[in-house]
Amino acid sequence: MNKIPNRQVICDTLLDLARDDRDIMVLASDSRGSAAMAPFANTFPEQFVEVGIAEQNIVGMSAGLAHSGKKPFVTSPACFLSMRSIEQVKVDVAYSRTNVKLIGISGGISYGALGMSHHSVQDIAVARAIPGLAIILPADRHETKKLTEALVKYNGGVYVRIGRNPVEDVYESDDYSFEIGKAVTLKKGTELTIIGTGETVRIALDAANALADEGVSARVLNMHTIKPLDKEAILMAARETGRIITVEEHSIHGGLGAAVAEVVVQNHPVPIKILGIPDEPAIAGKTAEVFEHYGITQQNIKQIALDMIGKAGTV
Amino acid sequence: MDIQELKVKAAQIRMELLTIIHRAQTGHTGGSLSNTDILTALYYDVMNIDPARPQWEDRDRFIASKGHSVESLWCVLADLGFFPKEELETYSQFGTRLIGHPNNKVPGIEMNTGALGHGLPISVGMALAAKRDNRPYRVFCLMGDGEQAEGSNWEAAMAGSHYKLDNLVGIIDRNRLQISGSTEEVMGLEPLEEKWAAFGWNVVAVDGNDIEQLLQAFHAVPEASGKPTLIMANTIKGKGVSFAENVPAWHHHVLNDEELKLALAELQGTIQQLTQEGQVH
Repeated sequence: MNKIPNRQVICDTLLDLARDDRDIMVLASDSRGSAAMAPFANTFPEQFVEVGIAEQNIVGMSAGLAHSGKKPFVTSPACFLSMRSIEQVKVDVAYSRTNVKLIGISGGISYGALGMSHHSVQDIAVARAIPGLAIILPADRHETKKLTEALVKYNGGVYVRIGRNPVEDVYESDDYSFEIGKAVTLKKGTELTIIGTGETVRIALDAANALADEGVSARVLNMHTIKPLDKEAILMAARETGRIITVEEHSIHGGLGAAVAEVVVQNHPVPIKILGIPDEPAIAGKTAEVFEHYGITQQNIKQIALDMIGKAGTV
Repeated sequence: MDIQELKVKAAQIRMELLTIIHRAQTGHTGGSLSNTDILTALYYDVMNIDPARPQWEDRDRFIASKGHSVESLWCVLADLGFFPKEELETYSQFGTRLIGHPNNKVPGIEMNTGALGHGLPISVGMALAAKRDNRPYRVFCLMGDGEQAEGSNWEAAMAGSHYKLDNLVGIIDRNRLQISGSTEEVMGLEPLEEKWAAFGWNVVAVDGNDIEQLLQAFHAVPEASGKPTLIMANTIKGKGVSFAENVPAWHHHVLNDEELKLALAELQGTIQQLTQEGQVH
C-alpha cells in the first residue's frame, strides 16, 4: 500500500523543479506543515513565502508575484482557500489572468472529524463558476507528480484539490500520457461508464473490476480535469455505453456529476446517477467511514450499476 | 514639469474627467476629483514609467485599489499616450475597454481592480518580487479611506512590514467621505495614522490636494529603510469644483448640463489664475 500522500508528492516534485526554475515559488498560510511544504521552505527560503493565517492576502500576494513573472503555488487548506479567498481568486487570479496555482490541500472530507468548517465539499462548485479557472483533482501519487510538472508549464489560474492521506495507487507508474483537460480511460467497457475524479477514481475502478466478475462491462473514466471538461470523452461514454455513474468527494450540487449531467442532457441524454455528499453538513468520521455512510463505495456503485442495466445483483 | 504646470495639468485632468462622466452619465465624480492631484504628482513626476513601453520590466507599478475612481486614471493614461485620447469617448459605452473600473486590457493598467481591499495584497506581492529579484522598481497603491474597513488591507499591512518592503508605498485618499456619509459615522477609522504606524509602516501625512507636498513626500520615500511607507493624503472629496466639495452625494453623482458648464468654467478660471501667477514669477 502506498504510504506517500499527494501533498508530499507536490513538495517533492517542486523541490526537483525549483532548482532549475528560480521563478517557482511556494506560499503557505501557516500551512507549511499541513501542506508538507517544510522541506521546500528549508531548501529554498528565497522561493518560499509565509503569509500567516490570511487566505485573502495569500491569493492577492500571489497574483502580485505572478504579475512580476513568478510562478506561485499557493498551498493552503482547501476549505479556506476555496471559500475565504474566493473573491481574490475571481478578481486577482481569473479576471486579471495571472499565473497562480492554487493547491487546496486536505480537501473533501480529509479533516473527517473536524466538521463542516473544515470539510471542503463545495469547492468544485464554487470554482466551476469562475471563468478561466482550471480545476484539477489528481487520482494518485503518479498523477500528482505528472500534474505538478504540467502546472509549472501551464500559464494561467488553476485550482487543484488533493486529500490529506496517502491513497491507493491507480496507476502502476507515471509512465502514461497526462494532459490537462483530457480524461483518461482506465478501463474499456460497453454497458455503462463510471466517472471518478481525484481520490474516488480508485473506488470507481474497483467497482468496475467487481462488475467484470459479474460479467458486466463497465468503462472507467478518470476525469482529473473538471474544467475545462473533456466533453468528448463524456459524450462518447453516453453514446457508446448509454448509462453513467459519477463518483466524487464533493456535494452532489455543482461538482463532477453536475458538470457531466450538463453536458449529457444538452447533447445526448442518458440516465445518470450522481454519487457524492448529499445536501447536508457531512457526517464526521474517517474518510472511509463517511464514504461508507453515503454509499461512495465499490459495493454501492456495483449495485447501482446492476440496477441501471436491469440485472439482479448478487451483492 | 514645474509645480505650476503640474497644477494646470491637474485642473485639465479634472475638466476631462467631468466631461467623460457627463457624456456617459455614469461615474464616481467625487473620488476621482479628490485623487487627481495624487495621480498627477505620481504620473507626471514621481513614477519611473514609459507610455511607449507599458510592460517595461523595471517600470514603477501603480495599483488603483479604489478602482471605482477610475475616471481620473483613464484621463491621465490617455493624456500620457498609453492609448489614443479619442478612446475616452467610449468610456462606459457598450463593449468598451474603458469600463468603470481598471481593466488590464488597457495599456498602463497592471491589474483588474474594483472589489475593495484587493490592491494592497497584490502590491505586496509585486514589491516582494522586486526585492527577491533585486529589481529597482517601486509599487504605489492608492486606497480609499472607506476601503480601510476591509480586513484584507490589514493582512497585507502586516505582510508589507514583515517583509520589510521599503519599495512599497501605500497612499490613502483620506477625503473622509464614503457612499453612506462620513467615514467616522459609517465605521470609525481614527486614529488611522497610528494604526498604520502600529502595523510597522512609516507614516507621512500631507495635504493630498497640494502637489508640492505630495512630491516632497513621494521623493523622500523610503524615509526609513526596511519599512513600507503609508502616505496619508488628506484630501477633499469633489476637490476643484466648489459646489461638489465635501458633498457625500457626489460620490457617484453625475453632472447635468448646467453643472458641467459651471464646473468647467470654474476649472478654466483656476487654470487662468495659475497661468497668470506663473507669468508673475
